[in-house]
Amino acid sequence: MIRTRSRLNTLTVYAVAYLIFLYAPVAVLPLFSFNDSQYITFPLLGFTFKWYAQLADSQGLQNALINSLKVGLSVAFLSTVLGIFAAKGVTRYRMRRSGLLISFIMVPLVIPEIILGISLLMTFSVGGIKLSLITVGIGHLMLCTPFSMLVLISRMEGFDKSYEEAAQDLGENAWWTFWRVTFPIILPGVVASFLLTFTISFDEFILAFFLAGTDATLPLHIWSQLRFPDKLPSVLALGAIIVMVSTVVIFAAELIRRGGVDLGNKSKV
Amino acid sequence: MSEVIISINNVTKDFGNVRAVNNANLDVLKGEFFSLLGPSGCGKTTLLRMLAGFELPTEGTIDIDGQDVTLSPPNIRPVNMVFQNYAIFPHLNVSQNIAFGMRKSGLSKQELDERIEQMLELIKLPGYGDRGSNELSGGQRQRVALARALIKQPKVLLLDEPLGALDKKLREQMQIELRLLQQQVGITFVFVTHDQEEALTLSDRIAVMNQGDIIEVSTPGSLYEQPQSRFVADFIGTMNFFDCTLKDFSDGIAIGEASELGSVRIATPQTIVTPGNDFTLAVRPEKFSISFEQPDQQYNSVLGRMGPSAYLGDRSHLYVHVKGREYPISVALQNLTGVLDQMYTTDRKVWLTWSDDSAVMLPMEG
Repeated sequence: MIRTRSRLNTLTVYAVAYLIFLYAPVAVLPLFSFNDSQYITFPLLGFTFKWYAQLADSQGLQNALINSLKVGLSVAFLSTVLGIFAAKGVTRYRMRRSGLLISFIMVPLVIPEIILGISLLMTFSVGGIKLSLITVGIGHLMLCTPFSMLVLISRMEGFDKSYEEAAQDLGENAWWTFWRVTFPIILPGVVASFLLTFTISFDEFILAFFLAGTDATLPLHIWSQLRFPDKLPSVLALGAIIVMVSTVVIFAAELIRRGGVDLGNKSKV
Repeated sequence: MSEVIISINNVTKDFGNVRAVNNANLDVLKGEFFSLLGPSGCGKTTLLRMLAGFELPTEGTIDIDGQDVTLSPPNIRPVNMVFQNYAIFPHLNVSQNIAFGMRKSGLSKQELDERIEQMLELIKLPGYGDRGSNELSGGQRQRVALARALIKQPKVLLLDEPLGALDKKLREQMQIELRLLQQQVGITFVFVTHDQEEALTLSDRIAVMNQGDIIEVSTPGSLYEQPQSRFVADFIGTMNFFDCTLKDFSDGIAIGEASELGSVRIATPQTIVTPGNDFTLAVRPEKFSISFEQPDQQYNSVLGRMGPSAYLGDRSHLYVHVKGREYPISVALQNLTGVLDQMYTTDRKVWLTWSDDSAVMLPMEG
C-alpha cells in the first residue's frame, strides 16, 4: 500500500514537472505581452494593453495576416480534397502496391523542411516561376496533404463499404452516394483534416521563407520584426494570440474527430 | 407462380486466379422464397452480389424480370438488398433510413410519411421513426433494413445472411416473421445462408453450392429425403454412408451387398448404377429402429455394440459400433419415455433395422 502511494507521488511530481517544462515557456509569452516595458526582464513593471493596441495599427502585420489566411485556407481546402480522393482510392479499390504508393506520398513528412524548401526553390527558378503566395501554397500543399491523408484514411477505414453499397442499392449513383452517405460519415475526419492542415500552413516558417516573394506570411513578418527591439513586445502580444487560437483549433479538431457519428455500433448487432 | 423472375445463364466469376462461381445456371420463380445454401467460400454471396450488381460476371448473363441486367449498375436494378451487417446509415434516424431510397419517388412529403408509417407497421416498429440508428437492437436493425428495401417495392429482395448475427431464440423468431412477411408482400426473396436448418425452414426451393458449383436445386423435403449427391446428403443434416455393391434390380427394388451391413434392399424407381457396380448407401440417423432381439428379417438389419450416447433433450444421439466399420453409426431416437441412458448402456448388443424406402442410393465418390 505504502509503496503504491509513494510511487504515485513520484509519478505526480514527474508529471507536474513535465507540464511545467512544456508550458512555462509558452506562458512567458502572454505574461510579458501585458508588461509595461520594452525589455523582457523581471521584475514586471505594470499591466498594459498597449502592445495589443499597437498590433491593430500595423499595416504590415495586417497584410501578413491576410496572406497567411489566404494561403492557409486554400491549402487546407485543397489538401483535404486530395486527402479524400486518396483515402477513397486506398480504402475502396483493390489496388496493387497501394502500400508502396502511400509510403511515397508520406515522404514529405520525413524530409527535412529545409531540404524540401531548397529543392522547391530550385524547381521554381528552373521553371521560371515567379515566387509568390502561390508558390508558398504549393510548398504547404506538399507538406499538408500527407496529414490529410492520414486523418482521412483512418476515418474511411473505420466505416464499412456496405454503407456505400446500400446507398447504390437504394438507387443512388456514385455522386449522390458520396454526398448522402460517404461525406456525412467522414465529416468529422474532413473537419479535423481541414483544421489540422490550416494550422500547419498558418504556423509554417521554413518553406515560406524560401518560397515567398515580396508577400510575407505571418511567421515571416514576425521574424522580420524581431530585428527591432521596440517591436518585440507587440510580437509577444501577437504570439500570445496565435498560441491561444492554435490551441483552440487543435482541441476542436481532436474533439470533432473523436466525436461525430459513432461507427462502433455496427458491430453491436 | 411458375413465371421465371431471375434467370442466371452460364455465369462464371473469377477473382484473379480464384474461381468463385463456376458456370452457374439457375432460374428463380416469381414469388418464391429461394435460398442459396453452402459452406463459407462456396460462392453463394458472390452469386448474390452479382444479382445486386456489386460484382460483374466474368462470363454469362443475368436476366431479371425479362431484362438483361448483366452489366447494369446496382442503382438501376429492380432488386434491393438486406446486407449481412444491415448497413443502417449511422447518421440517419429510422425514418430517414427507410426513406433513403425514395428521393426520386415523386411522392409528396405527406405521402412519403404515410408510406414510412405503413412500413413501420409492417415491421412491427410503429413509433420508432425518430429513433437513432444506434438505439436499435440487432433484431430491430434487421427489420429497419427490411423496411428500407421493401419500401422500394423491388421485384426481388436479396438477403445476405441477415440472421447470422442474431442469437438463437431471436433468429428462430425472425425466421418465422421473415417467412410471414414474404407471404404478405408476395415479393421474390433470394436468401443466402450457410445454416442448413434455416434454409430448410424458410425456403420453397434451395440451391446447394460448393466450391463455386451449384450442386443441386430442389425443395427442402427432397434435398433432405432424396439427395442426389454425397455432398448434399452430408451437408444437410447428418447422414450415415456405407459402401455397397448392387446385386440385382427389379420391380422397383434394388438388392445390394454392403460389407458392413450384409444384404440391403432399397425401394427406388430406378438405379444409378447397373448390377455388379458399386454405389454409396445413405441412411439418416432417425430412420433406424433399435432393438435388443434379433429381428425377423433377412435384409436391412445389422448387429452392433452400443457406443457413447448424447442426450439432447427432445432426442438422443446414440452411436453404434458395427464390425468392420471405422466410425460408429449415428442413430437418433425421440425421447418418448424419459431418459434412455439406463437401457442403452455402453457395449450392450443392439440390432439396427431400417425400411426399404428410408435408404438412399448415391453415386460413389473418390
